[in-house]
Amino acid sequence: MSETLTMTRDAPMPWENRPVLKVEHVFMRFGGLIAVNDLSFSVGRGDITALIGPNGAGKTTVFNCITGFYKPTQGMLRLEHADGSTFLLERMPDFKISAKAKVARTFQNIRLFSGMTLLENLLVAQHNTLMLASGMTILGVLGLPGYRNAERKAVEKAKYWLEKTGLTARADDPAGDLPYGAQRRLEIARAMCTEPELLCLDEPAAGLNPRESAELNALLLGIRETEKTSILLIEHDMSVVMEISDHVIVLEYGTKIADGSPTEVRNDPRVIAAYLGVDDEEVEVVEETLDEIIEGAAT
Amino acid sequence: MTGQNGTPLLSVQGAKTYYGKIIALKGVDVDVHQGEIVTLIGANGAGKSTLMMTICGNPRAREGRILFEGRDITQMPTHEIARLRIAQSPEGRRIFPRMTVLENLQMGAALDKLAHFDEDVERMFTLFPRLKERVAQRGGTLSGGEQQMLAIARALMARPKLLMLDEPSLGLAPLIVKQIFDVIGELNRTEGLTVFLVEQNAYHALKLAHRGYVLVNGLVTMSGTGKELLQKPEIRAAYLEGGAH
Amino acid sequence: MADAIAKRHGPDMSAAVKDALLSGLIALGLFGPLVGLRTEQNMRNELVVQGRWGLLASVIGVIVVGRFLLLTLVWPAMAARKERAGPASETPSAVRQAVSRWFAPTSLVFLFLYPVIIVSLLGFQGSLKWVDNFGIQILIYVMLGWGLNIVVGLAGLLDLGYVAFYAVGAYSYALLSSHFGLSFWILLPMAGIFAALWGILLGFPVLRLRGDYLAIVTLAFGEIIRLVLINWRELTNGSSGISSIPKITLFGIKFDASPDGFAKIMDLPISSAYYKIFLYYLILLLALLTAFVTIRLRKLPVGRAWEALREDEIACRSLGINTTNTKLTAFALGAMFAGFAGSFFAARQGFVSPESFTFMESAIIVAIVVLGGMGSMVGVALAAVAMIGGTELLRELAFLKTIFGDNFNPDQFRMLIFGLAMVGIMIWKPRGFVSSREPTIFLAERKTISGSLVKEGHG
Repeated sequence: MSETLTMTRDAPMPWENRPVLKVEHVFMRFGGLIAVNDLSFSVGRGDITALIGPNGAGKTTVFNCITGFYKPTQGMLRLEHADGSTFLLERMPDFKISAKAKVARTFQNIRLFSGMTLLENLLVAQHNTLMLASGMTILGVLGLPGYRNAERKAVEKAKYWLEKTGLTARADDPAGDLPYGAQRRLEIARAMCTEPELLCLDEPAAGLNPRESAELNALLLGIRETEKTSILLIEHDMSVVMEISDHVIVLEYGTKIADGSPTEVRNDPRVIAAYLGVDDEEVEVVEETLDEIIEGAAT
Repeated sequence: MTGQNGTPLLSVQGAKTYYGKIIALKGVDVDVHQGEIVTLIGANGAGKSTLMMTICGNPRAREGRILFEGRDITQMPTHEIARLRIAQSPEGRRIFPRMTVLENLQMGAALDKLAHFDEDVERMFTLFPRLKERVAQRGGTLSGGEQQMLAIARALMARPKLLMLDEPSLGLAPLIVKQIFDVIGELNRTEGLTVFLVEQNAYHALKLAHRGYVLVNGLVTMSGTGKELLQKPEIRAAYLEGGAH
Repeated sequence: MADAIAKRHGPDMSAAVKDALLSGLIALGLFGPLVGLRTEQNMRNELVVQGRWGLLASVIGVIVVGRFLLLTLVWPAMAARKERAGPASETPSAVRQAVSRWFAPTSLVFLFLYPVIIVSLLGFQGSLKWVDNFGIQILIYVMLGWGLNIVVGLAGLLDLGYVAFYAVGAYSYALLSSHFGLSFWILLPMAGIFAALWGILLGFPVLRLRGDYLAIVTLAFGEIIRLVLINWRELTNGSSGISSIPKITLFGIKFDASPDGFAKIMDLPISSAYYKIFLYYLILLLALLTAFVTIRLRKLPVGRAWEALREDEIACRSLGINTTNTKLTAFALGAMFAGFAGSFFAARQGFVSPESFTFMESAIIVAIVVLGGMGSMVGVALAAVAMIGGTELLRELAFLKTIFGDNFNPDQFRMLIFGLAMVGIMIWKPRGFVSSREPTIFLAERKTISGSLVKEGHG
């Protein structure tokens, strides 16, 4: 039903208009296992796009294909910058996807440089810019001023992102010492220091409490607003997905089962059956009981 | 509800735990009675996982005592604590990545001497049909959520007297979260399984649990039945609300 | 509760006695045949078993009593101290801070004054041993340790064949100076460049390998170089090596007895000590160059990328860092410093042979880096002093003869003592002398990072 919903719509969806990323007929096989099966979707420019689905549906595999950690068995991933330059991601090695195509990512099980300080983490993210400024190290060893200026700028940018993520006070602490929620934020700050065109977040709200999730929402909306970065995220926390995303894609067994606005997807019976498990009524009942309890406490 | 009299199954008394010189638990008292579901809620970094690990003896409490069935287990080596049938699904899953799903489950059942292996495996597969599909795959090739299911299933395979779950809902789809909480509740009702649950998802956890403790900066600041805690405005403000809704 | 603590830490006498007796029993099983029995040849060339029951009894007695004391006194005391020290001392003591602040500058001044002190104490002739065996020998290993520190300590790539680059440097100097008569000052940079090229050459095939596999391949590479040196007789003169390698000159001034030699020009009595002292300052400067470059590089993007690579390679790639190039630069730079050290070694010895470049050398250099604390310059230098200075000191074990009698050959016990010391240090300091990491940049305050957070890398 959802397919008919999206297929028969007359006007193209807003995200189909010059999308930042267009995934076309991507397959990913591991031996006999088909992890991603003929998947196509678009990530709208300046949108927050959510990729959801049951565990093991292939969401992280799609991420790994986009960021070059896997090469898709088949299919095309076309990334287009705002200035019109395009990149075929399936043909690029992973580090070039980040350096040239400007796709940054975070990881499901946080991968920070835990023995380095927050500031160092954010400077490593600006490696390529700094490397050029240091004249491929040679000028840097001699201590020429050109590099020092570049480093000052890099530190400024790091400070900007520390400020945005509320981590300034801990700038000189090792990343491994941060509490879980702060580590998640630092990972986003580090990705943003690469000045990405597309930011891919793998379960950014996992392990966060509702308050921290709300802060994350604010951070992501801010990134979209001020940096004009498009965001693609995998998330199970519906309070994040439904509140901030413009466009939701649902995967099951490596195939797309729904694609549309949050409201469309939330009401799609296939999505409810495969993923959400509760229909909206039940959610409302839960919220009502919660309200009742609280009201009871108040009186 | 559940019998609160008599000696608790698990009793943590004034536990203080340090990481090097940094104090993580500042004297925590927690009781878990036979047949209860007890949940521990608190912010990130409050020491929830540390308490769970301290019960398992890694790190060890530097002060205070931990009693299980009235027996002091504070200084016991971790593997001997596990032999008392305290099973844990730890933070970060910690499945065996190079072993298959079935082998992981066998490792879990080792404490049960594989006595009910076939029966229990079937039960796990009914619980998590996803694991059945992946039975011959290596643990490391599972997706994050599937690994989480495997960690919980492995803990259950030991037929534990006390099941400790550290954020079982982490990285799981809403449907699965609901199933897991249903299963925990059902095992508790039908088999009297005692569960000690650490959760970020405070609403679900408090609804499921008989009793709850709130941990703030290494200290228990509040405790009560799940319903009581759900009603407290300070809990609601700190752990249930998303702030700018 | 206090009672419970006392009970936990108070020594349990009966258990301690039991434990000590059990240790004695195990010791009896172990040492019974080894120490208790000895075969001697009698007049008729027959082997006769003799019992050394007195010695056996004293060995076992020491073990039983020692174990008992450990259980009842030493360990409880240590546990109690740990308990007291636990929460109280959050910040390191003032003394400790002062030591860590002033240690490097003070030791630098000492290193520059070292030959002067030795000469004024022992005269030129007496200074030879101390400047050569201790000074130069240790500094070569300090330099090698610092060079390998780039690869193992910073980039986290376990290289067990580091000695190969040392050999490349040594043979480059030996061959080019004896065949073409090129001066040391031209060949020093060339030897470094050759070694760096070999580093890149080795780097390419092994870059995909990680952990144990990387270690094995680098180990094999070290052996290959050595075997090539042995078997390529036409070039290297095989295992007999290359001798009479030209000495180093100071701006053309030779250190010999010739009329235009250093002693004559300076109007000093003829002595070989001048050359040694000159070599001492040369290797000191080379080692300091290594230190300077490493310290500088750590604060540059490439150095941060090395450390990031050690922490998490996948994250590095996700940030657009070309990990292949980053690893190659680490390999090449580490190799270059080994090349410098190698050419110095050849010039100092005047003789090179494959014997000097066995796996044992690689192992010692790796041990220096591990013992020092991976990534720490001061730690590595300390470890080099402890390991090389220690082995040199152990040559002078003659005093042990007064204890064990004249039949005792102290040289045979050198490696035993050395090994025991290594095991002891690694138990006492499992992450090396200096396990903490200094951040390369800071906003407000420089905070030392605890070693427990810093990863060791896995290839």
